[in-house]
Amino acid sequence: MAEAGGAAPHGCPGTSSAQAGRAAACQGCPSRGLCAAGGPAASDPAIEEIKEKMKIVKHKILVLSGKGGVGKSTFSAHLAHGLAKDETKQVALLDIDICGPSIPKIMGIEGEQVHQSGSGWSPVYVEENLCVMSVGFLLSGPDDAVIWRGPKKNGMIKQFLRDVDWGEIDYLIVDTPPGTSDEHLSIVQYLSSSQIDGAVIITTPQEVSLQDVRKEINFCHKVKLPIIGVVENMSGFVCPKCKIESQIFPPTTGGAEKMCQNLNISLLGKVPLDPQIGKSCDQGQSFFSEIPESPATSSYRNIIQRIQEYCGLHHSQEKRSNQGME
Amino acid sequence: MEAVGERGNLAGVGHILLVLSGKGGVGKSTISTELALALRHVGKKVGILDVDLCGPSIPQMLKVQGKGVHQCDSGWVPVFVDQDKSISLMSIGFLLEKPDDAVVWRGPKKNALIKQFISDVTWGDLDFLIVDTPPGTSDEHISTVESLRPYKPLGAVLVTTPQAVSVGDVRRELTFCKKTGLQVIGIVENMSGFVCPHCLECTNLFSKGGGEELARHAGVPFLGCVPLDPQLTQSLEEGRDFIQEFPKSSAFPALAHIAQQILDRTSPQGS
Ligand SMILES: Nc1ncnc2c1ncn2[C@@H]1O[C@H](COP(=O)(O)OP(=O)(O)O)[C@@H](O)[C@H]1O
Ligand SMILES: Nc1ncnc2c1ncn2[C@@H]1O[C@H](COP(=O)(O)OP(=O)(O)O)[C@@H](O)[C@H]1O
Ligand SMILES: [Mg+2]
Ligand SMILES: [Mg+2]
Ligand SMILES: [Zn+2]
Ligand SMILES: [Zn+2]
Repeated sequence: MAEAGGAAPHGCPGTSSAQAGRAAACQGCPSRGLCAAGGPAASDPAIEEIKEKMKIVKHKILVLSGKGGVGKSTFSAHLAHGLAKDETKQVALLDIDICGPSIPKIMGIEGEQVHQSGSGWSPVYVEENLCVMSVGFLLSGPDDAVIWRGPKKNGMIKQFLRDVDWGEIDYLIVDTPPGTSDEHLSIVQYLSSSQIDGAVIITTPQEVSLQDVRKEINFCHKVKLPIIGVVENMSGFVCPKCKIESQIFPPTTGGAEKMCQNLNISLLGKVPLDPQIGKSCDQGQSFFSEIPESPATSSYRNIIQRIQEYCGLHHSQEKRSNQGME
Repeated sequence: MEAVGERGNLAGVGHILLVLSGKGGVGKSTISTELALALRHVGKKVGILDVDLCGPSIPQMLKVQGKGVHQCDSGWVPVFVDQDKSISLMSIGFLLEKPDDAVVWRGPKKNALIKQFISDVTWGDLDFLIVDTPPGTSDEHISTVESLRPYKPLGAVLVTTPQAVSVGDVRRELTFCKKTGLQVIGIVENMSGFVCPHCLECTNLFSKGGGEELARHAGVPFLGCVPLDPQLTQSLEEGRDFIQEFPKSSAFPALAHIAQQILDRTSPQGS
């Protein structure tokens, strides 16, 4: 129980360690058996298979937040739309929010089914160069709940990475549920040999959200996941009638800006609250085409550009270090 | 140690209710907190059990961050929010060395702690125990419902925001309740409409009516719409008692009405 301070013995290896439940310090720890059972299998052969599969996926970006409802799925979907504007790029969007898959609705492909082909599950195509995979495509209807404990969710994520016929991809964007648990450990672990470019972290301005987001940032440090930067979403609302701005989710502790300064990470941008965003998401349309001129859309464009630049840089560094090794 | 009987540490607890949602950020912790404050306001003793292990919000919302829980012979003593000990709270937030520590745990470990939370906290006498949960239908939810089953919880309050993206997840949560035999007390539609403080124009930032429609569709009670109210966000940021301090605010009547419906349900006429 390393992470729960008070209750853990000194020298606890932590649950993400292969030593979980097996180290000397675990003797006599009440959760010893559970730590051992819940720990990831570092030797899972799927990791190698996934590595092979991911060789033709240039960039991998995770969208994370400790907090729910801050706009992870909205952002993931529109990052995918934005990157796919360039017709020469192939973009894939993977939804690993197993219990609350929002991507099919936001992408306007709810009710679609996944087909089995010789080379695996085929993802659902929104455009020629934009495809999506989500547990939502495997459900029998809108009332169907995925009542699964961790191991089953992990199995699903493994299948998404290993058994989906992704093909050659320029950008793989992964939308995640809130938190720092099974789904997050699994995606990082299964992609551990395949170089993730980094994580984009989404927050809203208020402390109730930031306190969870700082945990997520600590998670990234712990698992050595680079952070591309932070997006502050739902940042202020300009009344359509009187044009005066209200802080519905007030940045009482300085918002994402202060947090990024304190933690020395980049703030990629701020996106205001805009009722049109919720509407577009509900209707499964991209707000790049619905509200191309709005402040929210232009902020989104800037953020996406910064992510593209980051990935370009990351890629050339990767190439250089690979050449160095040869 | 007193003889506590079959119900152990929960022997003195009147009604247990869970606050659930398939969706994150819809206001589960907010509703849990305000419900506790509203019930205290009418003289009830309330406990809150926070089983959101990766994102505990209640300590901050009740301004008891940094407090510690103590061990005694019969278990963990919860943190009391006020001098009168009318609200007590147990949260993983009290077990962390540093407030920003991430709880990077897979399911089995989360399940073990939840079981401990349910059996080992010395709540004493409570009128209500409110259980705040993370979003989803996974380990925390299955373990909580299973561990609470012998204590016959009153049921669950489901929270949603009005838009389809959220309602869709709450539909799945309803299926979870049905499958696990958990009674649905009702659905709350939160963040429904924002009235501009400058010109009084109402904007439905996250759409409108989705929660009510879902309740009708599913045949469960609708407990009301709580508007977006910056005074409520602010109170929760500062850990203030919104129910006591802002009776004139836009969210107050809706929150009071939700609490009243729960009270009505637990005290049938004549008893
Ligand atoms: N900037 C914004 N303005 C208005 N609504 C937004 C904005 N960003 C997201 N939303 C809406 O908020 C809700 C939650 O967003 P979502 O992407 O589902 O969050 P998460 O994936 O983090 O749970 C959705 O209904 C979405 O349409
Ligand atoms: N009706 C409301 N008006 C204004 N802010 C709200 C309202 N309901 C919730 N909030 C704010 O929204 C954020 C998310 O709410 P929270 O209760 O933490 O959601 P959850 O527990 O479902 O993740 C919090 O900062 C909270 O203060
Ligand atoms: Mg989401
Ligand atoms: Mg919460
Ligand atoms: Zn341990
Ligand atoms: Zn106005």
